[in-house]
Amino acid sequence: MRGHVGMWCLIAAESAIFTIFVVAYLYYAGKSITGPTPREVLDVPIFISICLFSSSFTIVMAERAIHRGNTRLFAGWWFATIALGLIFVIGSFREWYHLIYDHGVTISSSLFGTTFYSLVGLHLSHVLIGLTMLTIVLIFALLGHVRQEHAQRIGVLALYWHFVDTVWVVVLSVVYFIAR
Amino acid sequence: MLDSDSISKPMFVPPAEAQARPLFDRVHEWIVTVDHKKLGLMYIGYGILFLVIGGLEATAMRIQLAFPNNHFISPQLFNQLFTMHGTTMVFLVGMPILFGFANYLVPLMIGARDMAFPRLNAFGFWMSALGGIILYFSFIGASGLYGAGGAPDVGWFAYAPLTAKAFSRGHSTDYWTIGLLVSGIGSIATALNIVTTALCLRCPGMTLGRMPLFVWLNTVVGSMVLIVISPLTAAQIMLMIDRYLGGHFFDTQAGGSAVVWMHFFWIFGHPEVYVLIIPGFAFASEIIPVFSRKPIFGYAIMVAATLGIGFLSLGVWAHHMFTVGMTSYSNAFFTATTMAVGVPTGIKIFNWLGTMWGGKIRFTIPMMFCIGFLFQFLIAGLTGIMLSAAPFDWQLGNSYFVVAHFHYVLIGGLVFTIFGALYYWFPKVSGRMFSDTLGRWHFWLFLIGFHITFDFMHIPGVLGMPRRIYTYEAGRGWDTLNLIVSLGVIFQIAGILFWVVNFLWSSFKGKPAGNDPWDAWTLEWSTTSPPPDYNFATTPVVHSRRPLWDLKHPEDPDWKYE
Repeated sequence: MRGHVGMWCLIAAESAIFTIFVVAYLYYAGKSITGPTPREVLDVPIFISICLFSSSFTIVMAERAIHRGNTRLFAGWWFATIALGLIFVIGSFREWYHLIYDHGVTISSSLFGTTFYSLVGLHLSHVLIGLTMLTIVLIFALLGHVRQEHAQRIGVLALYWHFVDTVWVVVLSVVYFIAR
Repeated sequence: MLDSDSISKPMFVPPAEAQARPLFDRVHEWIVTVDHKKLGLMYIGYGILFLVIGGLEATAMRIQLAFPNNHFISPQLFNQLFTMHGTTMVFLVGMPILFGFANYLVPLMIGARDMAFPRLNAFGFWMSALGGIILYFSFIGASGLYGAGGAPDVGWFAYAPLTAKAFSRGHSTDYWTIGLLVSGIGSIATALNIVTTALCLRCPGMTLGRMPLFVWLNTVVGSMVLIVISPLTAAQIMLMIDRYLGGHFFDTQAGGSAVVWMHFFWIFGHPEVYVLIIPGFAFASEIIPVFSRKPIFGYAIMVAATLGIGFLSLGVWAHHMFTVGMTSYSNAFFTATTMAVGVPTGIKIFNWLGTMWGGKIRFTIPMMFCIGFLFQFLIAGLTGIMLSAAPFDWQLGNSYFVVAHFHYVLIGGLVFTIFGALYYWFPKVSGRMFSDTLGRWHFWLFLIGFHITFDFMHIPGVLGMPRRIYTYEAGRGWDTLNLIVSLGVIFQIAGILFWVVNFLWSSFKGKPAGNDPWDAWTLEWSTTSPPPDYNFATTPVVHSRRPLWDLKHPEDPDWKYE
């Protein structure tokens, strides 16, 4: 119970940080003096977004499994969650590589670059932190230390992961649709 | 080797034995502790240490400004001093002391064993402490290779583009950024802990409607810290990206905006003022009823007013920016919201007066500080309403009138209630009573010093003296006033010395206080002074807002009327 309240508090604080970065992105959209513009270089990352959103589903299935005490099924769904998260990270890195080497967009090249990498990077860093924690739990699960009585704590971590996914809904729509 | 003596008292360690333990053991115990009382005391001690440092910085500035064309300190040092003074007082004095009290008292008041996350609590404290150390390390570490460092000198709100690499060479601004970023993480950890503790760990019978106002107000403050510190954290990250990675957030030449920094800073900065003052309200809401011998007047309205202040305070930030030149719609909006905050605040003042009205007032030291707070906070609020009107602010923005106004809030309001709280809970923490005579000297000297300094500080502001000037020419009508303002500092320091002597002496030689020296009503007074590690031998059960009243007056308990 208290773990959930604590996590909701952290989510409130994190949401405020993201709000400021999103506001900055929207305010600075189109104010960049040098190119390229987002429309020229950004492609909507459909595949990795579907992967990240699906990981919210797999983590719910993992929660259900541990709630019923099925630790093997839990480890399976949990691993699927991590795999989907990893695909998202790899896809993001490929996108950044493409932007940096094919279009020359870096964090210091233009105002667009500054706002883009900081907002998307802030989200990506949260994905990486989440993946680290998920992996630690997976190691514990494979060693047989995650049991039914840990379902609530697993739920706290799942809550964080849902938050990371939800933030991507906002970042995706702001960066790739609204302010394109 | 067992003897009958050691078996008969296995639980109790006499104080004499505790004193005899090696120094290293005792220091080690404090460093690794996760106990909310020890962490609370460390927070308060840390805040008081920086209060002395910040006070000395202010004193140096007042000596410099006492006479026209003075050369007591250099202009460069003056810039560093006002930056460090402001940053210190807000982040390293105000927040730690208030978090310290919340840490110490919230679990005791709700009948809990500890905070919800004790280890996170220790993490929060040490992060805050690290932030303070990083900030002050700038004095020796910031010059870097450029030789242009020293402490941060960009003002406590660090407006762009002054913080750009081109104008702030060396690393002083980076120490400011990283110091606040780190202590901000500590603040969020502690705020999260306070909110969770109040929501999840209340003892049986303590519904939200029976929670002491202190806990209510600190819960509101905790929730505010969560959403208010984060914008500052975000803005600091942006500033670091600008300074280290060549970003353009606040770089106007690449399309960035300096005004955006102002918005982001004050979205944090103004609610922060309420984060600081609401715990002051929390102290007053506990102290005034006890020494008026009446329950608080309008409990539910007090909670509602606090929530109202918390909500409205999120929409007033741009009244710090009237002089930037905003649209008339923005000016009107922020004038209106700022004035609206005065309504719930006024309700609170009337509730405290309503509590005192018809009560049997005991003029103890904590009560005197709270009465001083009531008058001074009223005046601070009135000058705030004056400054909320945009045309008035165009005239007096960034003048000494503003400086006098917010010092009236933070010293006349907050510091007075902090002193009240320090006196009020000193017997609980130390187990001993303080000297009443020395306390009265402290109160009167500090009160007189405060009024000499800050009453007169309004006038040079009205006469056109801007804030943050290093010196001024003679013959502008500011000379005598500045001298008077500076002389008040002597009285304030004298008052503080009485307080230091009083607390040091009383900690060792004061009369034993007993569990409940004030005949108070909240749960912390039901346990021993100082409270044992486990707080309560058995979990208390409460039936009303004043559990100790019920215990002492079984014939006429509160729960009959609530």
